[in-house]
Amino acid sequence: MTITIIEPKPISFVAPVVAAFGAFAGLLVGTAQGNSLLGLVGGAVITGAMAYVFLQVVRQERIMRWLTVAAFAIAGFLLGGVAGGIVGTLFGWFFGWLIFWLGEGRYRAKLPPYTTSLQVFYHFLFRVICGAVFIFLITPILVVMPLSFNAENFFTFTPEMLALNPEGYSLKHYRDFFTNDNWQQALWNSVSIAPLATILAVAFGTLAAIGLSSEHVPFRRPIMAVLISPMIVPLIISAAGMYFFYSRLGLQGTYWGVVLAHAALGIPFVIITVTATLVGFDRSLTRASANLGANPVTTFFRVQMPLILPGVISGGLFAFITSFDEVVVVLFVGSAGQKTLPWQMFTGLREQISPTILAVATILVAISICLLTTVELLRRRSERLRGMSPG
Amino acid sequence: MSKLKSTGQQTADAPTPEDAFHEAATYEDREKGKAPGEKSAGPVLAADGTPLKRSLRRALRVQKMRALMLIAPLLIFVLVTFIAPIADMLFRSVENQIVSNTLPNTVEKLEGWDASQEGAPGEEVFESLYSDLFLASEAKEHTRLGTRLNYEQTGLSSLFRSTGRDVDDIGEDQIDALEDFNEVWEEEGFWFNLMSGGQGAEKDTALVEEQRRRLAALTGDDYDAEIGFAPGAAISDLLPRTARAYTAFALFTVVDDEDVVAEEEPWEAVKVALIRELRAGVDLSGYDGPGAAELRATQDMVADLKPIEFKPAFLASDEDWGTNDIWTTIQMYSPPFTSGYFLNAVDMEKTPQGPEARPETQQIYLMLFERTLFMSLVITGSCILLGYPVAWLLANLPMRTANLLMILVLLPFWTSLLVRTSAWKVMLQQQGVINDVMVWLGIVDDASRLVMINNQFGTIVAMTHILLPFMILPMYSVMQTIPPSYVRAARSLGATNWTSFWRVYFPQSVPGIGAGSILVFILSIGYYITPEIVGGTTGTFISNRIAYHISSSLNWGLAAALGSILLVVVLVLYWAYDKIVGIDNVKLG
Repeated sequence: MTITIIEPKPISFVAPVVAAFGAFAGLLVGTAQGNSLLGLVGGAVITGAMAYVFLQVVRQERIMRWLTVAAFAIAGFLLGGVAGGIVGTLFGWFFGWLIFWLGEGRYRAKLPPYTTSLQVFYHFLFRVICGAVFIFLITPILVVMPLSFNAENFFTFTPEMLALNPEGYSLKHYRDFFTNDNWQQALWNSVSIAPLATILAVAFGTLAAIGLSSEHVPFRRPIMAVLISPMIVPLIISAAGMYFFYSRLGLQGTYWGVVLAHAALGIPFVIITVTATLVGFDRSLTRASANLGANPVTTFFRVQMPLILPGVISGGLFAFITSFDEVVVVLFVGSAGQKTLPWQMFTGLREQISPTILAVATILVAISICLLTTVELLRRRSERLRGMSPG
Repeated sequence: MSKLKSTGQQTADAPTPEDAFHEAATYEDREKGKAPGEKSAGPVLAADGTPLKRSLRRALRVQKMRALMLIAPLLIFVLVTFIAPIADMLFRSVENQIVSNTLPNTVEKLEGWDASQEGAPGEEVFESLYSDLFLASEAKEHTRLGTRLNYEQTGLSSLFRSTGRDVDDIGEDQIDALEDFNEVWEEEGFWFNLMSGGQGAEKDTALVEEQRRRLAALTGDDYDAEIGFAPGAAISDLLPRTARAYTAFALFTVVDDEDVVAEEEPWEAVKVALIRELRAGVDLSGYDGPGAAELRATQDMVADLKPIEFKPAFLASDEDWGTNDIWTTIQMYSPPFTSGYFLNAVDMEKTPQGPEARPETQQIYLMLFERTLFMSLVITGSCILLGYPVAWLLANLPMRTANLLMILVLLPFWTSLLVRTSAWKVMLQQQGVINDVMVWLGIVDDASRLVMINNQFGTIVAMTHILLPFMILPMYSVMQTIPPSYVRAARSLGATNWTSFWRVYFPQSVPGIGAGSILVFILSIGYYITPEIVGGTTGTFISNRIAYHISSSLNWGLAAALGSILLVVVLVLYWAYDKIVGIDNVKLG
């Protein structure tokens, strides 16, 4: 437990800080309304005054915060309609919280009591930087989603969308995806290639991972290097080599050519995940099973498999997503008959720009969220099974 | 206790045969160390009476075999579907058999030609070129050769194409004279009889086999079918070139045209060869096979004809055949393997004086390699800058919060590459989200929207975003293992914020930075999709050039050479990664 001192801070510190934030917010609002300077000064004055009043005069936290939210929401609605109202509500909540968080000295709650003011400042500056990186990571994905409901054929937000006008939104790009033959064929191709490639990768990969995890494997390192290489070699080189070699074998442009290529690309993921699961596997269990009279096949399916299943499934999911997302190899090894979803998106992005791509992207994001959740749950289950603390 | 180092990873549970094996070895050593005269207990025996050592060794061998049997299917699968294609690509980067397959006789004759002398080689080389090119143009292979040589010297493609059309007309007058003199030279049956030596004659099957190989090498097809023809031994001795040309014609007629040899009139090349050989004065006096009388009469006639001259004929078709450059190129690229593609890939070219740098206007690949390395470094650098604070934060927050924030890192990691690339296209376009926001805020003017896409900036931003999770995850797993008490100790000893970070924390996190950097660098150096979509012309990588050569310019050899160079760079980095991190320690998610 850290001993923390939470004490009200002097208004001479709180008011200027709040005013600085207010100036920034005011600048945004002012620019949008066509007068930056007025916004800047107005924002600083209003929020600074609010801080003074809340902390020195009224000091009723709950009531004042609600009042702030309501006032800002109304002001926002008057200035910019529904969207403005929402932005106003957010600003109101933020400033209400900020004034009391600073004024009551609550910001020091989780810091050691000996930290200097400068250190506190650095601490929060660091948090802000990290927050910016997180925003950088997640924004592109979040931006795609609302844009996919665009009623126009644009790649950008229309004024109707920004005003939250229902007429600015439509499902027409989704309708296009589900009715257009090109997209449906591509979806069907993806769905028929990925599972088979996954099954191949998982079947071969699991066996090999079990072999690799036994103590007495000669040439373990070179074998591992070969098996992991599809993940390391740049895709364009794999694609080029496969294109040359598969055309010699007559596999280029065939369904099986693409399936084999994708299986090869998925194998490293299966090997890595299953090997990781097997590290914690108690080998005496298989000996006990053999001792009790089970043959190796029974031992594998009744003892070993249930324990490593989470690893196998997450390896399979990795292999699946590899095949499902893969575009470079299929571009070369496949022909028009094997056009997959990513391929269709790639041509769409390069040639005819259609917002249907964004609808597809949103669907794919939804799929990856499902897969991510599954893998995460499996990982925790696996760690529980092996007696590690769930992370 | 054990003398041998254990191979393989230790699973640290029950004793294994290998442990017992080591025990037995130590035991034996102790026995040997005994003073002479002392009584030895003899070898230790297993339950079935065999020496324990042997029995244990057998058990170990069985285990090894079982492990290998489990790995074998996958190993074979990867070797066939992945390693073999890579090996094939490496082979293609030096392979150059097309010249010697298409023009075998010319290549042979050219060997002795000195490229430093002025002009073209002599009549002899042109004669071989005629016979080679005639066959190649019948098989429609001369354009392929032209395309291949065009990569080395522009103009050769059209040269081969046009001369391939004209090659039928060489020796036209002489052939007309031959056919006017005696109509039998236009009769399929007469030719067939003459060349096959009639029923029951001794056959020259070796010649047929030779021509089968020649045509198979030329076209890449199979010429093993039964053709119902073999040249007579007598005529093949007497008129070897005519017999060779006729055999090639016979094979081609049966296999490619699916006709019967005896019902087709032979090619002009056969007649040209006959006229040449008769004029050269072969001694027909001992010949009594089919058509002997006609041959003798014709020999007298052709002696009075104008000689067939190949060099002037080729020069008439295209005067470029008289230039030194063409022949230098053909001679330089006649060996079955060439370093030419690799030299091209580093902006050099083959010359008779050895490799030389290309003129500056034609240099592109070194610049592309440099750009690829530079941009990969910038991307790796920005990933370190952005990833380090985030990894630190994740490693130092309470588990529950860290797991929540981890989703923000893992979600992009799991999202389709194309989704993220299209998102960046949407964001960075001139009419895109970022520009719109900046215009709305009044930071930039509506007329002067920033160009952030189709250049290096776009590629760097998008790829940094795409590869950032690959940097954060290894850093995070290393930072999790750094005990926070070290920094606290440093602080309590009087270190400043900066010193305690730089001297205590940072050195411990370096392995994470190293692992992440190599991973990101390896991935970015071979990226294709993102630069292709957001890179425009200035933000593309070497991989885009490889793809261009495979699918558009069809210069596969050059694509393979560029790919091989890239592969070597990546393998060196892979090796370094293995040394630093170990392949076994790659973690996902």
